[in-house]
Amino acid sequence: MSAGAPRGLASSGQKPITEILHPLSAAEETLSPGPDVTVSGGGEKDSGLTNGTPVETSSPASASLLFNRLQLDDDLDGDARDPYASTETRDLFVTVDDPKKHVSTMETYITYRVSTKTTRIEFDLPEYCMRRRYQDFDWLRIKLEDSQPTHLIPPLPEKFVMKGVVDRFSEEFVETRMKALDKFLKRVADHPVLSFNPHLNAFLSAKDLNKRQGLALLTKVGESVKHVAGGYKLRTRPPEFCAMGEYLDTFAQKLGTIDRIAQRILKEQSEYVTELREYGTVYSSWAGSEEELRRPLEGVAGCVTTCCGALEDLSENMSQDFLPVLREYVLYIESMKNVLRKRDQSQAEYEGRLEAAILRKQEDRTPMPVEVEKCQDKVECFNADLKADWERWQSNKRQDFKQLLTGIADKNINHYEKCQAAWESLITLLQEKQTEDKTSETN
Amino acid sequence: MAEDGKDDSVATDDDSDLTAADGSLNNTMVEEGSTLLRRMEICVAEAEKRSGKNAVSMQETFTVYLIETRPMDAVAEGRNPAPDSLWRRYSEFELLRNYLIVTYPYIVVPPLPEKRAEFVWHKLSADNMDPDFVERRRVGLENFLLRVASHPVLSNDKILYHFLTEEHGWKEVVYETGFQAKADSRLRALSATFRVRNPDKRFMEMKHYSDELQSHTSQLLRARARVADRLYGVYKVHGNYGRVFSEWSAIEKEMGDGLQSAGHHMDAYAASIDDILEEEEHYADQLKEYLSYAEALRAVCRKHELAQFELEMASQDLISKKQQREELATGIVRTFSFKGMTNKLFGQEAPEQREAKLKLLEELITEGEETVKEKTVECEEHVERAWVDMQRFKEQKDKDLREALINYTVMQISMCKKGIQVWSNAKECFLKM
Repeated sequence: MSAGAPRGLASSGQKPITEILHPLSAAEETLSPGPDVTVSGGGEKDSGLTNGTPVETSSPASASLLFNRLQLDDDLDGDARDPYASTETRDLFVTVDDPKKHVSTMETYITYRVSTKTTRIEFDLPEYCMRRRYQDFDWLRIKLEDSQPTHLIPPLPEKFVMKGVVDRFSEEFVETRMKALDKFLKRVADHPVLSFNPHLNAFLSAKDLNKRQGLALLTKVGESVKHVAGGYKLRTRPPEFCAMGEYLDTFAQKLGTIDRIAQRILKEQSEYVTELREYGTVYSSWAGSEEELRRPLEGVAGCVTTCCGALEDLSENMSQDFLPVLREYVLYIESMKNVLRKRDQSQAEYEGRLEAAILRKQEDRTPMPVEVEKCQDKVECFNADLKADWERWQSNKRQDFKQLLTGIADKNINHYEKCQAAWESLITLLQEKQTEDKTSETN
Repeated sequence: MAEDGKDDSVATDDDSDLTAADGSLNNTMVEEGSTLLRRMEICVAEAEKRSGKNAVSMQETFTVYLIETRPMDAVAEGRNPAPDSLWRRYSEFELLRNYLIVTYPYIVVPPLPEKRAEFVWHKLSADNMDPDFVERRRVGLENFLLRVASHPVLSNDKILYHFLTEEHGWKEVVYETGFQAKADSRLRALSATFRVRNPDKRFMEMKHYSDELQSHTSQLLRARARVADRLYGVYKVHGNYGRVFSEWSAIEKEMGDGLQSAGHHMDAYAASIDDILEEEEHYADQLKEYLSYAEALRAVCRKHELAQFELEMASQDLISKKQQREELATGIVRTFSFKGMTNKLFGQEAPEQREAKLKLLEELITEGEETVKEKTVECEEHVERAWVDMQRFKEQKDKDLREALINYTVMQISMCKKGIQVWSNAKECFLKM
């Protein structure tokens, strides 16, 4: 069951993409949460690994090597821990790396290398390597959102279309965006349903993606119009979804606070470094007017400089690794809220139709129309998908924050260790001189 | 080379002094060459707030400091008598120091702790009645007494001994010495601008050094205060993580416990800076002491210049008087003067008048020669003694500041260790999530 089930499910899950609103295929999909939930429970170790890769895979040369290594590791892990989980999730590997700048007369843009390695039969080849730009990722996300409305689609990094606000071609920006795109694609590829979406397949393997793009933009407009039009009121929202909404609100608020704190710390740290640099300079200029104390004072100046460097490294790590992840999660929360809204919408639709049908039933005793039942099925399938995605999201979030916060602690420890080493080497120097003096005195 | 020789002689002098002191512990108080601290245990044990009426009968609040002394020989013999104790105000310490400065112009007199808190970072109180400030001042005053009592020259002063041992009547004794009159004239002279013709190069250099020491220590203190401010900010902002982690933990299931306890560690991190900076204040005090020492060093150099200036003035005066005498005796006017002109126009003065004038000039010249001799001795004495004490000061400064730097380094290491500890604890919690 373990090996066959997800694949079988997925192939049936492809149908609703072409015909999204078909209630029967959607109902079939509701089966998926069963294995999904257990997977997300058992797959923690694996997802921890995948989440750990984006930093490493940023080196473009070793990308394919890394795939092999990863696969090997995962197989081993799978054998040792949970064969069911490993066979379930580990047959599609994606990496985004190697950003390249393209300059043409029309525009300047960045492409990223998207490498795929898979054993899935839906792909013609076991390996692909495509260059995609941000627009293409955007296209994929819109397509996924359109074709799989009941699922949580991971967020893309922010667009920053406004020119001049952010330097979109700076190394830092590209690097951060690349990491975020990698994370996005990995999340999609690890998802038991989304990873079987044909649009993803096309994105990963098709040469001519751009042709479809115009269409995608059009559908997006249609979709957003539909969202705005939905002014509905729910009779009773199931408490679990209320709780989700409340959770997301609080979580978003807390993340906002953490983001602000982190930025404030960065600001304080940079001001601290400025003062500290000056403080170090005073020691070295003092050293110039001393004889006996020259070396000790120079030593202190050196240590202070080392500490400045260590602190700057820490700040850089914070702004490049910590803040983007926080912001990604804020977007992730938005995606989740979006799905919650859509769920409410479909429940509202069902309730509206049900009410109408009940009224009619009282009048002319006709049986409940099939339409209404279909709607009910749709809501139920929505609920089930959402719950499964929610569980998966929670588990991902837990892993991500565990990793993120542990990383921050590590970086702080590392910073202090660097400073400590500098001061400790200074103290041996100072004390050596002191004992020297003492021995010369006794002589 | 000459300087080296002097250094050596200073060192040997010190040694012989010490051995003499060791051999004659039971001798009377004032004995040349042995420091008071070898015979007496001194400490400023505590501070107390008092209020009373001041000179113009206004109610005022002030702090008094308890000075405890105990003879060393009693301690050495294993007896542990109750210490003699008395209360002194900061202003009395100031009076003592002023007396020492005037009486020993060639000594780099140890400074008192600052009158008002300076170079403070914003969290530190600048209030003179603040308990932390009072405590730091207590330590500073004790340090001052220990420095004075261990000084080879100052420690033998009778007024100092009186200050330490007799609570009442001390001020009167100080004023009886008449040091104030001397102080006032000195002060006037010091504030006047004058240029020495033949300055001693060594003193010029020393003065230059005292300027540099002062500027570097004050720059350092200012920079340190700013660094402390910022560091305080960095740590305290981390405290906000404590609050938000704790709030966040309320909506989490599996992650909740880890977040909650990580939040406590962030609180601890934010709180740890208070102790760190409080400890660092001690380092700042050590720097402040040398900032004031720079002033004392410069004062000694200035006094040398003054002595040199007075000598030069006296010799110039003598030279001009001698010239006058020559003119009068020979009748040749070497330089053009109004008097010369009148003489030529209206004829010579009467011989009796000339005789009287010559006699007066002779008297003035002998007087002037005496003054020059006196001033020369004074100046040479000052140079010699001041140079000895400046060398002593230099050694003391190098040793003290090196120790201060070592202590500062140790503090930095302990701060790093604390940081590592807290973040490791937090990491443990994060890993449990």
